Amino acid sequence: NVVPTSVKINLINMLAETGLQVIEATSFVSPKWVPQMADHTEVMQGINKLPGISYPVLTPNLKGFQAAVAAGAKEVSIFGAASELFTKKNINCSIEESLERFDEVMTAAKAASIPVRGYVSCVLGCPYEGKISAAKVAEVSKKMYSMGCYEISLGDTIGIGTPGSMKEMLTAVMKEVPVGALAVHCHDTYGQALANILIALQMGVSVVDASVAGLGGCPYAQGASGNVATEDLVYMLNGLGIHTGVDLQKLMDTGTYICNALNRRTNSKVSQASCRL
Amino acid sequence: QESQASGLPEYIKIVEVGPRDGLQNEKVIVPTDIKIELINRLSKTGLPAIEVTSFVSSKWVPQMADHKEVMKGIERHPGVQYPVLTPNLQGFHSAIAAGATEVSVFGAASESFSKMNINCSIEESIEKFEEVAKSARNMNIPVRGYVSCALGCPYEGNIIPAKVAEVSKRLYSMGCYEISLGDTIGVGTPGSMKRMLEAVMKEIPLSALAVHCHDTYGQALANILTAIQMGVAVVDSSVAGLGGCPYAKGATGNVATEDVIYMLNGLGINTGVNLYTVMEAGNFICTALNKKTNSKVAQASFNTGTIN
Repeated sequence: NVVPTSVKINLINMLAETGLQVIEATSFVSPKWVPQMADHTEVMQGINKLPGISYPVLTPNLKGFQAAVAAGAKEVSIFGAASELFTKKNINCSIEESLERFDEVMTAAKAASIPVRGYVSCVLGCPYEGKISAAKVAEVSKKMYSMGCYEISLGDTIGIGTPGSMKEMLTAVMKEVPVGALAVHCHDTYGQALANILIALQMGVSVVDASVAGLGGCPYAQGASGNVATEDLVYMLNGLGIHTGVDLQKLMDTGTYICNALNRRTNSKVSQASCRL
Repeated sequence: QESQASGLPEYIKIVEVGPRDGLQNEKVIVPTDIKIELINRLSKTGLPAIEVTSFVSSKWVPQMADHKEVMKGIERHPGVQYPVLTPNLQGFHSAIAAGATEVSVFGAASESFSKMNINCSIEESIEKFEEVAKSARNMNIPVRGYVSCALGCPYEGNIIPAKVAEVSKRLYSMGCYEISLGDTIGVGTPGSMKRMLEAVMKEIPLSALAVHCHDTYGQALANILTAIQMGVAVVDSSVAGLGGCPYAKGATGNVATEDVIYMLNGLGINTGVNLYTVMEAGNFICTALNKKTNSKVAQASFNTGTIN
C-alpha cells in the first residue's frame, strides 16, 4: 500500500526525536519503478530537518542525484551488489556498468561536497546465484570505497547469512576497507539478524542499519520478514552497555504510530512483548 | 574444522522441549494422538532428546493431563532420550510407572517466581527435588535440573548472577547431571547472559550446562551465540517456536528449533539433526493447532519453496 506523504513526513519527524542520528528519508528513483517513493521531493522538502541529524537519500544515477540536491538533500547513497545476476535483474546492467553509473554520481557529489554512502547487496547470498564468495564482496566494497564512498553498508539482502558466513565475509572485506568505514545491514528473514549483528560488533563494526518496527518485508520470500527491527537492535545494544543515544521508549512509540497508520502488526518483538521490566 | 577454529563447540546437543514446554503454553488443548504423532515425527529428525510431558496434577496443567497415555503411546527410538517433568515424589513414581527413563525438576532463581509458580520458597522446592533425586539415584534414573528466571523475573525484575549460581549449585550437588539455565521471560541480552554464565561456571562444570532461551524480546539467538562462544554445548529449543509467554500477552516464548539449527549449521557445528524433517514436524503441529509457525526459517523456506 502506498503510504500518504503526510504519514511519511510524520514518521521521519518522530524518528528524529528519538536520538537517531541518521534517517534514510526517501529514494530519488523513477516513480515508474518504485511508486512508493514517487513523492520523494515533497517528503524531502516537508520534513523538519533537525541539526546534527543526517537525512541521506538514494540516488541510483546522476539524474536522481541532481533532483535530490535540488530538493535539499545533503547526503546520498548508491546501491551496488556482489552478484552479477542480482544486478542484472534489479537494475538491468552488469556490476561494472553500475559502478560506471555511480562514478558520475561520485564526481558530481565531490564537486558539491556531498558525502556518499555505498551499499553492497547480497553479501551473504543471492536469491538468484545462491552462494556469494567473500572475495567478490571485498572486491566490490573496495571499488566503491576507492570511488569515494565514506561508508560501505554490507547488506544481507535475503537474510540468509549466519554468524559463520558473516565472519568469513567481514574477514575478507576488512582486508580491503578499514573497519571504521564499514556498516552491516542485516535482514531477519531467517531470524539470524541479531546474531549476525553481534558477530559484526565483536569484529569491530560500529555502524548498524535497522528499520523501525522491522518495516519492509522480503520481496523474494512471500510473507517472510525483511529488515531487522530497530527496537530489537537497540534493546540488545542497551543490554550490552553499548551507547547509541537512542531512546527506546520513543522509538517504540514511533513504531506504534507507523504500524497504526499502516494498519499492520509490528515486526519488533520488543514492541510485541508487554512485559515491563 | 570451521567451528573448532573459532573456539566454538564441535557438537551441540539440542534438547527439544516443544511437546512439553511448547504445548503447555499453547491455549488450545491438543488431543493425545496429535501429541504422540508430533513426538514420533521428532524422534525421526535426529534430535537426541525430546521432553515428552509433565507428571503434574491435571488440575494445574490441563494440557498435560494425558501424561500417562502420551508416555505409553510414543515410539521409543534408540539413542533418543525422552525426559519428563516430575515436580515431586508422587509425580516421579507416576512417571516411572508409565515407563519414563529420565526426569526433570524445575527450580527458580527468584523467590517470588517460586512462590507464585509452585507456591513454596526456593528452599522448600529444593527439598522436594531432593526427594525425587534420591529416588531417582536409587533407580539409576538421570535427573535434569532447570533454573528459571536466570536472566530476569516477571515479579522481581533483575536477578543477580550469584543467586542463579547458588540455585544451580544446589541442583547439581543433589545429583542433576545437567542444569538448564532458563531466560523464562526472554528479557536477557548477550550482556546479561555473559555475566550470568560467568558466575554459574564458577560452580558448575561447563559440560553440565545448558541454555534455555526465550525469544520474547527477539534476543534468543544472540544469547545462544554468546553462550556457545563461552563453551556451552547444550541448547533447549521448541519446534516451530511453540509456546507463548504466559507473562506477556501475545508475545512469543520459546526459541524455534529450526532457527537454532539453521544458525548452528551456518557455524559448521554438528547437531545430528535434519533441519528439513524438523520443519516438516513443525508444519504438522502448526496445521493441527491451526496457527502460524514462530520459526522464521520455516516461514521463509515454505514461502520460497527452497531450503538453504
